[in-house]
Amino acid sequence: MSRKLFLALNLLVAISILAAGCGGTQTVEPTPTTGSEVVEISTPEIIQAAGYGEVLQAILARGKVVCGIHTELLGFGYLDENGRNIGFDIDFCRAVAAAVLGDPEAIEAVPITAADRGPVLQTGEVDLVTRNMTWTSKRDAEWGNFTWITFYDGQGFLVRADSGITTLEGMDGATVCVTTGTTTERNLATAFGDAGLSYEAVTFEETSAVYGAYEEGRCDVATSDKSQLAAVRAGFENPDDHVILDITISKEPLTPAVPTGDAQWLDIVKTVIWALINAEEFGITSANVGEMTSSENADIRSMLGVEGEADWGYTTLGLDPDALARAIAAVGNYGEIYNRYFGPDGIAFTLDRGLNNLWTEGGLIYAPPIK
Amino acid sequence: MDRLSHEKIPIWRDERVLKAAAQIISSLIVLGFIFWGIGNFLEITQQRGMALSYEFLNEAAGFPIKESFIPYDSTMSFGRAVLVGLINTLMVSAWGILFATLLGFLIGLMRLSTNWLISRIALAYIEFHRNIPLLVLLFLWYFGVFTQLPSVKDSITLPGPMYINQRGFYLTWPQLSETGALFGISLVAGILLAIITWVVLRRIREDKGKETYFGRVSLAVLILLPLIGWFAAGGAPLRFDVPVLQGFNFQGGLHLTTEFSALMIGLAMYTAAFIAEVFRAGILAVQKGQIEAARAVGLHYSQILMLIIIPQAMRVIIPPMISQYLNLTKNSSLALAIGYQELFAIGKVTINQAGRAVPVFMLIMAVYLAISLLTSIILNIYNKRVQFIER
Repeated sequence: MSRKLFLALNLLVAISILAAGCGGTQTVEPTPTTGSEVVEISTPEIIQAAGYGEVLQAILARGKVVCGIHTELLGFGYLDENGRNIGFDIDFCRAVAAAVLGDPEAIEAVPITAADRGPVLQTGEVDLVTRNMTWTSKRDAEWGNFTWITFYDGQGFLVRADSGITTLEGMDGATVCVTTGTTTERNLATAFGDAGLSYEAVTFEETSAVYGAYEEGRCDVATSDKSQLAAVRAGFENPDDHVILDITISKEPLTPAVPTGDAQWLDIVKTVIWALINAEEFGITSANVGEMTSSENADIRSMLGVEGEADWGYTTLGLDPDALARAIAAVGNYGEIYNRYFGPDGIAFTLDRGLNNLWTEGGLIYAPPIK
Repeated sequence: MDRLSHEKIPIWRDERVLKAAAQIISSLIVLGFIFWGIGNFLEITQQRGMALSYEFLNEAAGFPIKESFIPYDSTMSFGRAVLVGLINTLMVSAWGILFATLLGFLIGLMRLSTNWLISRIALAYIEFHRNIPLLVLLFLWYFGVFTQLPSVKDSITLPGPMYINQRGFYLTWPQLSETGALFGISLVAGILLAIITWVVLRRIREDKGKETYFGRVSLAVLILLPLIGWFAAGGAPLRFDVPVLQGFNFQGGLHLTTEFSALMIGLAMYTAAFIAEVFRAGILAVQKGQIEAARAVGLHYSQILMLIIIPQAMRVIIPPMISQYLNLTKNSSLALAIGYQELFAIGKVTINQAGRAVPVFMLIMAVYLAISLLTSIILNIYNKRVQFIER
């Protein structure tokens, strides 16, 4: 009897707590927190949402920019012989670190898989994802804010030279190796479905497993962004035994992204990328960035933060006037970064600039002016 | 004395009150903690626009799945894709459990053998598998063994025909033809009826002590009924689906992919090492006196094993066996690394395509929990029956 009574009592207590709690959350109004303090400190005349400036503050306190990166993709994100993170994507992370903290080495490189990219952005685990990521409307809506396209890519196919495959139709019934959790998987389904072709997809979580299985012969075809295929092909024992077909089945604008909620941080990353592109247009390189501060061109002097020149936005962004100059000095302009990895003497592999040329050279690389 | 017992005990010393208070306080703390956790979770998901909704399960999935035991293509929904994943998990787990049990039983007996060599071989097997992480073993099976098999064009051909290459096993497999429905029904009916006959006739024998030949009768039912169905169906109700090399791959027949085979064998062999030890423990738990007594009444060795050792060992074997089965099922989520698309792998793709990490993870957890609880319940019922035999 008494035991039942206790149970009933406990249940009653439990229900009342839950009820009270639920009522509580419904009535609690969102109170202005740290966000408002930041507003007062920086520029009071601009109305800013909660979260504004939080990322920059956290980075300054931490002394490091946390970037979600790749560690196994030759050219884009990989390790050099000393175990240092290098690559096209990594250099953008370093540029941001140089601009914000003055030190391109002040990065914390967090290796993430393709499937992790969404969750780490949604939870704000990293400040920036520079990991070979295609910008799509859905990802922009759900994952985070995409900054600026750094690389125009498209999905292609890698096949063995002796396989005799040259067209999409030639792949009917083939086994295709693909990375799971990417746009690639979906593009593959769409392209083959539209053409009425059958195929068998073997999917892996790790990029290394995809190409490992392809190289062993588990698949007839490997599919991914063409840049990635070029990277992988260069890493094979006999690159000439494999060819990348002249077929592009998708648009893959590779873009770094930041977590949603801090417009200042989004602007900072965008501005750094714009500066690297503008620097190439102006002919500013990591070598001549010092001399360029005495350039005839006022726009160049302003971008490099020469004293007495116009503000390119650094006051509002909470950066030093010479932040962009430091970024250029650390990693070089866009063209330098590209050529470092993919140029004729690139340390990774050679990849024609094509769409990734400056707009003045017939490519798509174009950025708003820094002024 | 009477006066004492009637005296009112102060409330703070009344044992019943104290017990009740302790119960209420502890449940307050526990509930408060749970409530705080849930509240925190809801608040954060709201804040980050990751609202807990499962509507996306109706959207088109858009990604391919290589092997599916139910019809699936990339135009079907995420919900369907998750279901395919669940069935793939159950399939690999069921086969894995079957092979792990058989192999584990064999290795366990080998380990108990008085023959030095046999016992050491079993020991080496057990130590090898117990001391290497499963993921490493799976990579070994996948990249070290299965993808090293000959290419499609140089497939190993076995009678049947059966083809083995680095893309998997292609078996000739019987399929019901258009007129085969009747045979299919009679086959299922035959199996069911045979089981019923076995149980009923056996009970009659036990109750009345009259020989009913339950074994022979049910075997006759098992053979005769499908045979009648075969002739009633007219013509050949079964046709053999033979794999044929067409283009890049073999088409037709039953295709066990490299990924499925590597995962199933990896899981089965790994778990077999643990099951072998469970068996050994169970058999060693049977008292020596039991065996000596059995020998003294003149039982044959196989009779001792079947009638004395195994029934008593089962008591000890079943409970740890349940957790080994559950481990195997849960470990199947490592398939992600070697490209077999089971529940967890498909869940992760769904997260990426639909962008809903929290709801999908909760769904995956709920499904694994359900599978595990269901397995436990079934085996616990069996366990109870085994335990009753104890005398």
